[in-house]
Amino acid sequence: MAIFKPNRRSLLKGAGAGIAALGTPYIFTKGAWAQDFCNDPTNGKIVLGFNVPQTGSYAEEGLEQLKGYELAVKHINGEGDGGLLKTLKPVALKGNGVLGRKVEYVTGDTQTNTDAARDGARRMIERDKAIMVTGSVTSGEAIAQQSLCQEMGVIYMSGLTHSNDTTGKDKRRYGFRHFFNAYQSGVAIAPFLAKEYGTDRRAYHLTADYTWGWTQEESIKNATEALGWETVATVRTPLGLGDYSQYLTPVLNSGADVLILNHYGHDMVNSLPQAVQFGLRERQANGKNFEIVVPMFSELMAVGAGEAVKGIIGTSNWQWSLDDEGTKAFTKSYGEAYGEPPSQSAHTGYVQTILYADAVERAGTFYPPEVIKALEGFEFDGMGNGHTVYRDSDHQCFKEVLVVRGNENPSSRFDVLNVIGKTTREDVTYEASIFGGELGPYEPNKC
Amino acid sequence: MNVFLAQLLNGLDKGGAYALIALGLTLVFGTLGVVNFAHGALFMLGCFCAVTFRYLITLETVTVDPEKLSPWGAPVEVRTPLVQNWFGDFGAVLVDYSVPISILLAIPVMLIIGIAMERGIIKHFYKRSHAEQILVTFGLAIVLQEIVKSFFGANPVPQPIPTDLRGAADIGVWFGMAPHVLTYPWWRLLYLLFSAVVIGGVFAFLQFTTFGMVVRAGMADRETVGLMGIDIDRRFTIVFGLAAVVAGVAGVMYTPLLAPNYHLGMDFLVLSFVVVVVGGMGSLPGAVAAGFLLGILQSFASMTEVKSLIPGIDQVIIYLVAVVILLVRPRGLMGRRGIMES
Repeated sequence: MAIFKPNRRSLLKGAGAGIAALGTPYIFTKGAWAQDFCNDPTNGKIVLGFNVPQTGSYAEEGLEQLKGYELAVKHINGEGDGGLLKTLKPVALKGNGVLGRKVEYVTGDTQTNTDAARDGARRMIERDKAIMVTGSVTSGEAIAQQSLCQEMGVIYMSGLTHSNDTTGKDKRRYGFRHFFNAYQSGVAIAPFLAKEYGTDRRAYHLTADYTWGWTQEESIKNATEALGWETVATVRTPLGLGDYSQYLTPVLNSGADVLILNHYGHDMVNSLPQAVQFGLRERQANGKNFEIVVPMFSELMAVGAGEAVKGIIGTSNWQWSLDDEGTKAFTKSYGEAYGEPPSQSAHTGYVQTILYADAVERAGTFYPPEVIKALEGFEFDGMGNGHTVYRDSDHQCFKEVLVVRGNENPSSRFDVLNVIGKTTREDVTYEASIFGGELGPYEPNKC
Repeated sequence: MNVFLAQLLNGLDKGGAYALIALGLTLVFGTLGVVNFAHGALFMLGCFCAVTFRYLITLETVTVDPEKLSPWGAPVEVRTPLVQNWFGDFGAVLVDYSVPISILLAIPVMLIIGIAMERGIIKHFYKRSHAEQILVTFGLAIVLQEIVKSFFGANPVPQPIPTDLRGAADIGVWFGMAPHVLTYPWWRLLYLLFSAVVIGGVFAFLQFTTFGMVVRAGMADRETVGLMGIDIDRRFTIVFGLAAVVAGVAGVMYTPLLAPNYHLGMDFLVLSFVVVVVGGMGSLPGAVAAGFLLGILQSFASMTEVKSLIPGIDQVIIYLVAVVILLVRPRGLMGRRGIMES
């Protein structure tokens, strides 16, 4: 009976064969990336798809976002003053394109419509060969595009989307959100509401009847009830309604002393001034001054609401008047390019594009699973939001959240919001599991 | 009780706006027999007359202050309003009351737009089918809104209420209730009054003037009026201009309630058609009655108590009522035999 006796020679032979055997699939896989993913730009153009509302209710926010994207491409390609590439830490981009090649882009109009957004993203992927799609001003647009991109194996960097669902129950492996969410708004604003208005309040919610409105209402309701506030009523209003008067008259005699408007964009631009016209802010209820809260603000909304926005408290993802280096650099670049300060919509679009390009640079490839891994858990600073992390378990960015108030004495037409506080990243961090959802697989589909 | 009264007041206020918009639409249908889908666009153009007037009287001189720099390093612009520089306090009043004053601009502008629209496009479609009229006027509405968008952008342009008319009236006190029990915005009360005056004015014009008598005769029997040597077409052209003016001034006064945007006309189009159909095609009193009826029903359907009984009723109530009324009275509330019937 032969007995196997290991010696040095046989051990070396065995080890060599084992390494070769284990390494072979990796070599094949590495070589196969070039052929196995959607719109591989190795031998073609590097095309990014910017899909934003250019018409419809949120056109103005979409066009702002597009300006942010276009500026980001300039800076990635080494044009202009470099913007946030100078302040992003750590940064792999060198200002010579991505992986040494210039980036191009195509644009689309979502028409502020979920179906049109999805169709536009599909066109960008199938016809224009976009390697990455980005852009949204509503959560409906973001969720629809994110879902499509997962199916097609193309990374989607969402634009402005605030619903918990985007990185909650509807999260996707191929979708990433830099913008904050409704839960974070609730957590961030609650201490300021307690400080300004006390803990014994009765709140009446008017809520836009769609995914973002529902999650915002739930988040703010939970946060204010935790303070000790009572919720008198939660009333859903149709999306895109012009005249809210029939929903405002019941507020007057409801026993509430705070009106919370879970409205965004045109809805808020209409409902807030109308609430002020009804004399709510001059009103006394339960022995207190009646107050109005708009949990989620944007500069463009504040401009649209005019005088009514003065003194109203809300939250914001970013504000051009912050004094950190990243904000100053972006405001300077954007101001020189467009003659006005950037909005948070432009900022989040710009940052998302830079973060994607930087992740490709760090991964050394456009192969989506590697880029996804480069983004997951990525910690960075210098983009205007303080120290930030892209959480790997839900692809939500965690950073400080701004609490803002409509400026009582604006010094210019751009000076509409004042930052009255910041809630720290730690305070707005939550367990990813509370909103459910599954990210799905890394492996890309062929489009 | 005060909740009921507040909601009733809101319904009357809404109804006033609906009636005002539908009045012009039904007037055009009753005289010219044209289904004008561009009527909502006329309302929107009226809104932008107010926007334009305010833009003009708030024109500023812009000087550059080299001492101050913007956050991106450019010199800061210093803006000084021209009107206030020229007229002092009177200029400030003009700016403050820009919305009601802009009615003076809206009347001639809308009259010209209405007449130009009728002479330029609508008259070529008198003998065409209603389907073709709808297509051409709908196309016209889209063209008009895109023109407005190219000038004013897609965002709403808020128009302020004059300082003296801001806030809410304590109506309850007028009727012996405690303070703050029944309040309603001053501007909305003014709009209700304005609607009543304009509607009354249109009725009086048609009822008590020779011109109105001829128009009513033409509505009843166009051919006979023509045989009597009266140029009824010319009068109907003026009626189209009048309808445009009514829609326009309704839009002007509505701007502080709803910041105007280029799409506003489309938002009101369907609603105004429902009002006209419920009231009876071509019937002026029907349009007014239906406007107030639907406004009040919509207001009550939005109450939390009603919504908790029938969820979503606030969004379908006017269409539900329209279905019921058309089933019971196919010609609408005050529709006449022979209108839209072969």
